[in-house]
Parts: sequence; C-alpha cells; structure tokens
Amino acid sequence: MSERASIPKPEDEDESDDEQQPVTTGAQSVIRALENAGAEYVFGVQGGAIMPVYDALYDSDINHVTMAHEQGASHAADAFGIVSGEPGVCFATSGPGATNLVTGIADANMDSDPMIALTGQVPTEFVGNDAFQETDTVGVTQPITKESYFASDSDTVGDDVSEAFALADEGRQGPTLVDLPKDVTKGETDKEPKKPKTPETYTVQTEADEEMVDAAAEAIESADKPVILAGGGVIKADATEELFRFATKYEIPVITTMPGLGAFPEDHELSLEMAGMHGTGYANMAVTNTDLLVGVGTRFDDRLTGGVDSFAPDAELVHVDIDPAEISKNIYADYPLVGDAGRVLDQLYDAMTAAPDADEWREQCQTWKDEYPLDYQMPEDEPLKPQHIVETFDEVTDDDAIVTTGVGQHQMWACQYWTFREPRTWVSSHGLGTMGYGVPSAIGAKLAAPDQEVVSFDGDGSFLMTVQELSVAVRENLDITFVVLNNEAIGMVRQWQDGFYEGRRMASEYPWIPEFDKLAEAFGAAGFRLEDYDEVEETIQAAREYDGPAVIDALIDPAENVYPMVPSGGDNGLFALSEDQL
Amino acid sequence: MRPEGRRNTQGIRIDPEAEATHEPRQAVLSALVKHKPGVLAEVSGLFSRRQFNIESLTVGPTTDDEMARMTILIEEPTPGVEQAKKQLQKLVPVISVTELEPEAIRRELAMIKVDGEKPDDINAVADMYGGQAVDACDETVTVEVTGSKQKVDAAIEAFSQFGIREIVRTGTAALERGAKDTQ
Repeated sequence: MSERASIPKPEDEDESDDEQQPVTTGAQSVIRALENAGAEYVFGVQGGAIMPVYDALYDSDINHVTMAHEQGASHAADAFGIVSGEPGVCFATSGPGATNLVTGIADANMDSDPMIALTGQVPTEFVGNDAFQETDTVGVTQPITKESYFASDSDTVGDDVSEAFALADEGRQGPTLVDLPKDVTKGETDKEPKKPKTPETYTVQTEADEEMVDAAAEAIESADKPVILAGGGVIKADATEELFRFATKYEIPVITTMPGLGAFPEDHELSLEMAGMHGTGYANMAVTNTDLLVGVGTRFDDRLTGGVDSFAPDAELVHVDIDPAEISKNIYADYPLVGDAGRVLDQLYDAMTAAPDADEWREQCQTWKDEYPLDYQMPEDEPLKPQHIVETFDEVTDDDAIVTTGVGQHQMWACQYWTFREPRTWVSSHGLGTMGYGVPSAIGAKLAAPDQEVVSFDGDGSFLMTVQELSVAVRENLDITFVVLNNEAIGMVRQWQDGFYEGRRMASEYPWIPEFDKLAEAFGAAGFRLEDYDEVEETIQAAREYDGPAVIDALIDPAENVYPMVPSGGDNGLFALSEDQL
Repeated sequence: MRPEGRRNTQGIRIDPEAEATHEPRQAVLSALVKHKPGVLAEVSGLFSRRQFNIESLTVGPTTDDEMARMTILIEEPTPGVEQAKKQLQKLVPVISVTELEPEAIRRELAMIKVDGEKPDDINAVADMYGGQAVDACDETVTVEVTGSKQKVDAAIEAFSQFGIREIVRTGTAALERGAKDTQ
C-alpha cells in the first residue's frame, strides 16, 4: 500500500515539485502550515464552514481520506499518531462536525496521542448569534485538549496551526485544536505561516535532577524486590531500547500497563506482561509485593492500581514522567524524576553501580508465572473460545503486525492472549474506553504503516458503532483483517451484571445484531463466518490472503468471560480467576 | 505472603509513626497569565473539573499589557495544593505560578449598603474599620471597607446592627511583602 489511489488531483499535479506558490488566503496558509509540519494524511468530512480549507487542500500533495463520520476521522487520526509517532490530522466542519470529533479528541487526550483537529466555524460576525451549525467548539474542547485555539485573523491563522501542530507533538503528546471561522480562512493574506514552534510559555524538562537520579539509583540498587512498570510513555518517547538496556542489565522484572503493551517484549523472561484489572496474576502479584517500583511514563490510572490503599503498599516509588503534574497525582512518588523517558532511563543506567540483589525475587516471580498462568478451557463440543482465535492469529503473523481493537471483552482477550514484542503494534482506546474505536483506528494504523499487517479485533457491539467506516477501508483498498468476536452481547457489561448485579442483564444482550460477514460483503469487503474449531486457522488465513478489507464474523461462546479480574477499586493481589471468586 | 502496608487516599504510604492524612489548608496562588480571551474560562474550568476547592479568584491587568495576574484562594490538603499548582502551570496561557508566603499582603474590598437612619453611627463604625461612606441617600448609606478577609468579616458583622440591604465583596488580591517578587 505504498502507492495510493486517492482523490483526483488537478491536471497540473506534476508542477507540485516546483517552488511553492505564495499563499493568498488564510485557508492556503492553514494548508501550508500542515505541509511545513510534514503532514501526509488528513482524515475528515466536508461541510459548509470548512469548505475554504478543503478548497485549499485541492492544490496540496497532502492525501485526504474522506471518512464516513467525523468520529471516525478523529479515531483514524489518533491511530495514525500512535503508529507514526507524528500528530495525526483531522478536519471537520462547524457545529455537528466539530461535536462529532469530540469523542476522538477526548480519547487522544486521555491516551496522550498526538493529534491536531481543524474545525470550521461560522464567520466571525455571526459567532455568538447561534448561527446555523454554530457551536462553541473551543469551549467544548478546551477541557479535552492540550490547547484549543480560535483563529481570529487571516494573517496569523497559519501560525496558529503551526503552533498547534508543534504543541501536539512536544513534551507529553496530546490533541490540539484550531477553530477556523470561515471569514478568516476565506480572507486574503500573503503571510506564510511561521515554522512549527511551541509557545514560549510551554516548557518541557527532558533531563531529571541529578541528585534525585542518584538517590533513586541507590534505592533501586538496595531493593530486594524491584519491578519496573512501563507505561505508554515509554513508547511515546521511543524509549523501548533504553528500557530494554536498563532492565536486562540490572535484571529487573518488567510489568507493562495496557498502553505500555509493546514497550518490552512479552516473550522475554523478565516480562510479567500486563498488570491491572485484567492483568496477569503474576504481574499483579509482583506489583503488590514489590518493595521498589520504577514507574516509567505511566499515570497510575485506577484500572491499573485498583484501590490505591492496596496498590504496591510496601513499595517506594521511583516515578519517571515528562509531565510534572503526573508525579504524585494518584500515587505518591518517593523519587520524582521529571524528564524524557529514554533520557532518564539512561541517567539511571549510568548512575547505578550494581544490580539489586534480587535472585530470590525473580524466582518468586517465575513461581507466580507457573502458579497463575493465563488459561482457558477449550472443550471440542462447546462453542469457540475467543482466546483461541486471538492466539491462533498471533501465531500466523509476524512480530510487527499491528493490533487495533474496540473496547470491551474482546479488547482484554487481545491484551492477554496476543504476545506483544514491538512498540507501536498495539493501538487501542485505553483511558477513555471508546467502543467503536476498532474500525477507524485500523484505517489510521494501516495508512501510517502500509507495510505492516493490521488486524482489528472487535466485539459485536463495538463494531456496530462505527461499522460505516468499512466503506472507507473498501474505497481506499486497505488490506486489514477485522475479527469480530461475536457473543451477541455487550459482553463486558453482561459479565459485570452476572458478577455484580445478580445476573440482571439489562440492555446488554444483542440478539438482533446483523450477520457481519454479509454486512461486510454489502460494503464491498470480503466476509467470512467462523463457528468451529477446525476452521479457525483456515478462515484466518483466507481472510489474511484477501487483498483488501476482510471481516471474520466469529461466533464465540457467549458465556465466556474475562479473567483474571480485579474488581473495580479492589486489591490487585486478590484477583479473581472465575466468577465465584469475585 | 501479604504486604502489611497501606496507602491513604492521596496514594501516600501510611507511616504509622506519622500523620496518616493531611488536613486541608488555605493557600494563595498567584498566576501570571497571557492577557487574552478565554484564559479565565480555562483556569476556572480546570479548578472545577479537577475538583479543587476554590474560595475566590480575582483577575486584573499588570504593568505589562500582555499579561494579567490571577489571585486564587484555594483550600486543599498540601498534596492537593501542589497538584493544583502543577495543573495550573500546565495550561498553555499560564506563564508562571507561585504560592504566596502565609505573611503575604492580602486584601479584599467590600461595599455594604445599610439602612441610613443613623448616619453618624454608621460613619463611626466605618472609621473604626478604616472604611468610608461612598454613597448616601435618604434611605441608605453605602460604605466601602478594605482589608484582610477577617477584617472585612468583622466589619460586616459590625454593620449588621444598622440593617444590611446588600453586600458585594471582591475576592482576595495578594502580593508578597518587601522587595520579593510575587511571580
């Protein structure tokens, strides 16, 4: 997919190699700012107030992917940002266009994904008059962005976009937004946008305080039961090599958070995989019993910590994060190390003089691995187990295959049963937990990494929320395999109802859902139906071999649940392995 | 084997020797911000969505046209005060944030409209609190009082004998004492 057939270009496309034409309008300045920042793709949907910007895009080499819904545009841009490491770009018009982007912006904000949203706005003279398709987009999005800008002048609108782009990328990444009134984008200007640069009030500390590094290094050296907790920040900072060097040199076991999947190879003997609500038993035992926790690029979310009173209760915490506001926000940091994850891991690597004496601890961790393996039963005469489908898919793909998901049980099975070995191969909605993230994120991921295989695990409920984006995957001929782990229910809710609401299954069962293989065919994708164990591998292979989007409707055991499980606010050391242990 | 330890709600390991929880305290934060539209909404939105207890917020221009100063009075345990400072600093239009020393100069202004039947007595009470009458008519006298929050509270209490019709109060404005800069 390195070559793309996309929107038709004007006939004089060849001239694009020539010197750039000077800008004449605010809209052209907006597009020039995106070009200068290196944007390759824009995900968006047209509309009245954004039309001048689209008109300027007509003459640009930036590829536009028209999405079916603005929510899809924001998720695709978000996923593009996760996989490429550069801000993904999405466009929408004013009013409903902008509000439809909101879920994806909030999602990017929770997961610190680099993204820039450009929204049309009614002309300045109508702002505040409740004009057609007017929404206070800056007001709506301010709490869920790093910063939302309201462009007020055609001469500076390009600068606003440049700054917003740089800000999305610098320090702790995240979404930014520029609201573009139609008169500002239509207005004349000959001002070229400034180079992308963050505002002077935005400062980022990349290197941690030396004295604190030394103190932390000493604490790690003298620990008996050290463990590293690697979060999504390790991947965002491109610090997986530094982490590997540090962990293997000093032989410290590594746990990841959910966004941290891929930060450390899960098949390495030091890996304890993922901790938290549906983490492995051994990771949760280790995080509960450690006496020194090195948290890197993690914000200690409640799905990870469970109840804070019982989280790593005997541990001193070394907390490495680029955002000072994350330090001691949820869990008190005894050794706060503000800085870039890779840089600080190198500082710690250099400051340490010996590995901690932790043979016994590592043995203990191995014992827990034997004691609490991830496990599921697979009787031949019962319906398909979703875990088996995930494992089989993992076995037939390369290590760099990218997994995207929706949100729910299927997402947890993907976390647990796929073995992540490389960074930027796990694309999911962690903090916000957005059902419907799976399909559009697969589109963004595939365009960011056309040479890597992309598989999207979804649930029937989640898939149905954004299924219309399949039309985009078909139009762009994206080679993606969608696997719907179909249990005819909004399964995670059903699981909680069975566990915590006496089995009162209110509004969680979906016996009316469509046949997804046929639905896929209606969209022009390939459709497969999977019901039996002996068809699993052959169906997966057939879907992978299809050149274009393929959907496997996998009818799984509707009774299957996600375990281990730490109930919300519970003690990680007291995880349940089945419903009767809740 | 189960660890013995526990953490409090702020994620701090509880040391049985030390205090287990932190009591809320009053803190005065002074923030220099970019003087542009939307900044007040951004700052007040931050305090509400992160559930910081805010007692008052004042904002006004500085000697630099491009900057404004906000004085924010919050009541939080120490970890909450620290978190509020860091979150505030993180907002892009915020230039700097400081927590003022407890002995910093703090002032509030109140205007108190009372029944005007005893103008001489009203003036006497106003004198006592360093205030002055700023408006009077047949029915009412309006008095202005400036001072610390405690002094303004006391003045209002004293004026209540005349029958208070209306009150308006500003929040706290504060600056460091001596040559020390507030930013």
